[in-house]
Amino acid sequence: MGKVVLPADHRYYKYIEERHNEDGSELAILNLGPTHPATHGIFQNILLMDGERILDAEPTIGYIHRAFEKIAENRPFYQITPLTDRMNYCSSPINNMAWWMTIEKLLNIEVPKRAQYLRVIVMELARITDHLICNSILGVDTGAYTGFLYVFQFREKVYEIYEEICGARLTTNMGRIGGFERDWSPKAFELLDTFLKEFPIAWKEFENLFTRNRIFIDRTVNVGGISAEKAMAYGFTGPNLRAAGVDYDVRIAQPYSSYEDFEFNVPVGKSGDTYDRFCVRNAEVWESLSIIRQALDKMPEGNEYHADVPDYYLPPKEDVYNNMEALIYHFKIVMGEVPVPVAEIYHPVEGGNGELGFYLVTDGSRTPYRLHFRRPCFIYYQAYPEMIKGAMLSDAIAILSSLNVIAGELDA
Amino acid sequence: MDSVFIIEKSAIIVAVFALTMLMAMYSTWAERKVAAFLQDRVGPNRAGWGGLLQPLADGAKLFTKEEFFPNTPNKFLFILGPFIAMSTALITSAVIPWGDKIHVFGKDVLLQATDIDVSVLYVFGVLSIGVYGIMIGAWASNNKYSLMSAVRASSQMISYEVAMGLAMISILMMSGSLSLKEITVMQANDGWNIFYQPLAFIIFLICSFAETNRTPFDLAECESELIGGYHTEYSSMKMGFYLFAEYANMFISSAILSVVFLGGYHFPGMDWVNANWGINIGAILGFLALFAKICFFIFFYMWVRWTIPRFRYDQLMHLGWKILIPLAVINIIITGIVMVLFK
Repeated sequence: MGKVVLPADHRYYKYIEERHNEDGSELAILNLGPTHPATHGIFQNILLMDGERILDAEPTIGYIHRAFEKIAENRPFYQITPLTDRMNYCSSPINNMAWWMTIEKLLNIEVPKRAQYLRVIVMELARITDHLICNSILGVDTGAYTGFLYVFQFREKVYEIYEEICGARLTTNMGRIGGFERDWSPKAFELLDTFLKEFPIAWKEFENLFTRNRIFIDRTVNVGGISAEKAMAYGFTGPNLRAAGVDYDVRIAQPYSSYEDFEFNVPVGKSGDTYDRFCVRNAEVWESLSIIRQALDKMPEGNEYHADVPDYYLPPKEDVYNNMEALIYHFKIVMGEVPVPVAEIYHPVEGGNGELGFYLVTDGSRTPYRLHFRRPCFIYYQAYPEMIKGAMLSDAIAILSSLNVIAGELDA
Repeated sequence: MDSVFIIEKSAIIVAVFALTMLMAMYSTWAERKVAAFLQDRVGPNRAGWGGLLQPLADGAKLFTKEEFFPNTPNKFLFILGPFIAMSTALITSAVIPWGDKIHVFGKDVLLQATDIDVSVLYVFGVLSIGVYGIMIGAWASNNKYSLMSAVRASSQMISYEVAMGLAMISILMMSGSLSLKEITVMQANDGWNIFYQPLAFIIFLICSFAETNRTPFDLAECESELIGGYHTEYSSMKMGFYLFAEYANMFISSAILSVVFLGGYHFPGMDWVNANWGINIGAILGFLALFAKICFFIFFYMWVRWTIPRFRYDQLMHLGWKILIPLAVINIIITGIVMVLFK
């Protein structure tokens, strides 16, 4: 691979010089990324390689940094949701709902039970798609393509449900302050029923394809393991922490949106390796399905889908045309001139791949004074270089996809 | 060496060559259709009925693409790589016996391009040259990913050739000949080798997956790690040649597997057909039987590819050197003991 020429102050310099003197073998520097098919996004890893073995890794971030936190400081509250869509785009409804819940926490708005249950359903659907993509992409990165496309059609089914609820598919911009923008159509419930019938069969097949597959087990067991202590020290949350054996789940630790009404298990792993992460995600999909079924069963009667907060919730269009007060509300909401208290709050939810938090500081003006996203991917990616040290190149790819690092969320 | 002989052999060579090319072309179509079937999709269906013109469209596309040369010091080797890969993939088919004799124009014609005494050695020799196509092309690409792929491919091919050869030895012990024609005739008389040598069959099957660089042994070109490996820097028809060579290799190794283990052109009741319907019908049915066996193996390759993940480099070496080679040696010893006891 040619002799490596590095400036003397580079952190790999000493490494390479020592190794050259030692036995004459040469090390190589390999750029994994920024546009590598396995990064599923854009981030770079500068790897120091000894043949196939990774000696050191230097991650680089920021290739799709879009300054969402800064943009959010110039936008009225309801216009920030589209930004949250574009963070973890595999589970954007969770981000949307988390943002609405943050504002509702700020404004002390009580959301009706039915709207809360609808939110739970849509968030669990989003969690299913997130885990579905992560696990099937792990299959792709270890070489088994079929599982991915086979279950991917069910993501399509979920997107059809989203489409029925809010009209959009990937970047949903779903919901409003206090609930949903409209009631769910009967078609949405119909699609949901079909999904609940068909998806478990396919998911079972998907699990059978991988969990006892000898090659898959060889490729993933004891690959990229992280201890519970280390994972907590790094700030891991979500499935990646649970795979290491810590039963921390925001839905149980700090219930939101009536999660306390539902019974579900928190699957945990043991060693925190790639296989455990895969199995934890698989198990969580089953729990999510169970939560959706419970929510449908317990759904309160009626058609309430938003809280009665005229200051923040847009009035129906016919009222705006015929009613003075409604017109004023409409004008003020659209212009972003809504009363907001001075406060400093943090609202976490269990996102698709970890604790997704919104830290919001307001100064009473129409925009946030400061908004910080606690993005789990950003935290996982810090641990990534340590996890791949000493591993082989193929392992590095498998670990990256099993951590479910999504570039959009990493860089925000 | 009369002119009739030359015409006869030329016709067979052209036919075999055309068949190999056609099979390689339509394997790409079949690969997509099989993948689509396994993944619950439709697959290509725009070009021609059922997408049957898709391979031609792909060829036309690849020929008209821009030819990109990386900043490589050795353009000659860069062109030589796909050339070697393609030619080695095509010349193996010369020794495959496609059928028994047919009787046309008052002459007996053997349905085989050439029946050399050492056709097994010839096949192994050509297969070993095949790895140079990948190595040279990857080396000349001046790309680290390609180079890693070359290292993987060459070590994989060399390791698995050993196990493949050892598995073959037990067959040779039984047949006593290195000619594929002889091996087929022996199987027609005594029964197919797969029933006598199941272990050798499995070892040979696994090794041919490795030799053709197919999943689970496609480490050399895995797109998720090495971005296509040795053909990362290739474009236009040079890349087409690499892809084409892979399918041609798949066809050839399916043919070798069918000839060595599944009786080649032999099918149950061949003697009866030859005696009652004439040898021409027998030879045609034999050819179709071999073709069906080859198609089965090609489907099997695709089925495996779209089902299981791939190995890691060290696991591949472990499987080759610590499991397959000892098993092949044990198989040789067992074959020897059985042959001595039941002579």
